[in-house]
Amino acid sequence: MRLNICNGTQKFMLNKIEFLLHLADNALIIGHRSSEWCAHGPVLEQDIAISNIALDYIGQARNFYQYAALRLNELPPESSVFNLPATEDTLAYLRDANDFKNHLITELPNGDWAFTTLRIFFFSSYQYFLYQQLIQHEDAQIAAIAEKSLKEVTYHLRWSSDWVIRLGDGTTESYQRMNTAINALWPYTQELFQENNFLQPAKNILAQIQIDWNEKIKNVFEEAGLPLPEKSIQHKGGTQGFHTEHLPIILTEMQLLQRAYPNCEW
Amino acid sequence: MSTHSNSKIEWPLWEIFVRSKQGLDHKHVGSLHAADAAMAIENARDVYTRRMEGISIWAVESKNIHASNPDEAGSLYDPANDKAYRHPTFYDLPNEVEYM
Amino acid sequence: MQNQQDVLFQNKVDKEIRIEPKDWMPEKYRQTLIRQISQHAHSEIIGMLPEGNWITRAPSLRRKAILLAKVQDEAGHGLYLYSAAETLGISRDEMYHQLHTGKAKYSSIFNYPTLSWADMGVIGWLVDGAAIMNQVPLCRSSYGPYARAMVRVCKEESFHQRQGFDILYTLGKGSEAQRKMAQDAINRWWWPSIMMFGPKDDESPNSIQSMKWKIKRFSNDELRQKFIDVCAEQVKVLGFTLPDKDLKWNETRKHYDFGEINWDEFWQVIQGNGPCNKERLEARKKAWTDGEWVRDAATAYAAKNKAA
Repeated sequence: MRLNICNGTQKFMLNKIEFLLHLADNALIIGHRSSEWCAHGPVLEQDIAISNIALDYIGQARNFYQYAALRLNELPPESSVFNLPATEDTLAYLRDANDFKNHLITELPNGDWAFTTLRIFFFSSYQYFLYQQLIQHEDAQIAAIAEKSLKEVTYHLRWSSDWVIRLGDGTTESYQRMNTAINALWPYTQELFQENNFLQPAKNILAQIQIDWNEKIKNVFEEAGLPLPEKSIQHKGGTQGFHTEHLPIILTEMQLLQRAYPNCEW
Repeated sequence: MSTHSNSKIEWPLWEIFVRSKQGLDHKHVGSLHAADAAMAIENARDVYTRRMEGISIWAVESKNIHASNPDEAGSLYDPANDKAYRHPTFYDLPNEVEYM
Repeated sequence: MQNQQDVLFQNKVDKEIRIEPKDWMPEKYRQTLIRQISQHAHSEIIGMLPEGNWITRAPSLRRKAILLAKVQDEAGHGLYLYSAAETLGISRDEMYHQLHTGKAKYSSIFNYPTLSWADMGVIGWLVDGAAIMNQVPLCRSSYGPYARAMVRVCKEESFHQRQGFDILYTLGKGSEAQRKMAQDAINRWWWPSIMMFGPKDDESPNSIQSMKWKIKRFSNDELRQKFIDVCAEQVKVLGFTLPDKDLKWNETRKHYDFGEINWDEFWQVIQGNGPCNKERLEARKKAWTDGEWVRDAATAYAAKNKAA
């Protein structure tokens, strides 16, 4: 979505909207991936657990989209190339892949249970520290969403840490699978702390989040007996709309009905 | 590949007790499987409190529950039948006494 | 001796005293319950698949959340039911084995494909509706753990039927394409839904004993008739039709008459020859096999930690 800048106040607002969309896209896409486990989990109880997590993510996405839509609809129509009025659904279902601002780590296919739980661990550690910052956001609505979400994320972090530790310190096979997952996912971790335009209000906090995140990963990996990876190549671009090939496929599936039958109520 | 894993150890069964609100007893709600106690509590949270049913969870591994034998129910519980004097309704109060 | 116990047992059942896990019970009662409860549990788990495959395609975020919560509930229901069966001395692993090897059956309805979004509506309205009609009487089943599990299931299930009806109601008020989508789904699911009540009473060999033991409280045909009567009215509210030209109110019977059910199709699907039998079982087996290393790892970790 390209937004035409008008004046200073609007610029500030557009920036905020992009930030909201970024937060929403992240939650929606990792929620989409997590929901793919529903009916296919390794044991019934965990099927239920990961579906709960997926539901939390989708709930977070809806809150951020709804708020973004509210703000978008207050802007003069000519400042946006976007279909107005915006709703949570127009934002989720009618934007193209290059409009999505989610981190690449959220869109990668699920892989096995090691990959899935490690991804949620990396991502929820990031969300945990990020939302702690956002609770103090000058925008009361963002702060409120962050506060509600933080409770959920705290549980995701606990659940996923437990799995990383269990699999790391489980059997030879689970240790190896966890290692494979670490190597596959690590190249997508540093994008989480990369600065970009719409994150500017949050610029100085990213450095602190990264420090806290590193510490958390180190502690859990230590308990799991897992090695911290060497420096590796890092993939970036998600927040700027440059995605992996996986995102357009996710969106093709997700947006199917809204695209095939425009302007319908469901 | 066989899907049968008789040789494998199934995750143990846990009995779950949930306190629905502060001030009430924990009540048995059902059971579930978990590899360890921490997981049992987490699973119980996801399985048995999805609709705000609880604020506190106990998990007890099923094998640790000792139950009375139903065949002895007669000798265990029937003797209480003829001790009606243990219940307040056994006593007639004079009408003048309104509350006791 | 055995005979006297049988009589005592039947007396208890007749007096509506619930049977609990450690109570004496006839072996046949135990076996019948295990068969029925595990079939029911399997149906919940297999039933997650036809709906689960639309979670990622749900047409709005609200619908997505509702559908995901609903399918997750079904996992919960399966779990409650497996737990109830486990009190009868069979492990969940064993029940899975019976499912995966084809020894245990599950509701034939889930062997039909979900081809459009409207199918989510119809499954909620008709399939869950039929299930509820079957299940409400089971809340008073003579076996305590089963009855308690069913109370929990029924409590949660009522939102399932409503969300399905709501999907269809919305489609009914929608575009021509949406109405067509919904009518097509109703046409495909109607007959399989009324088959869910099982064979006709005179061809249902286990029913009489189950009624006597109060594992079952109404006959297949009674429940089927009740369901048809309800749906024949509700479909009018939706503004759609049921695909049965013989469906007609019978003033004498005070019930709807309905057309002949294709029992050949019913038995074919039960025998494993339905459109999706193979896919459904393969999906479950794959989840189970792929999850084996995960379960083993958690067991190993728990053992190490206990030792430490």
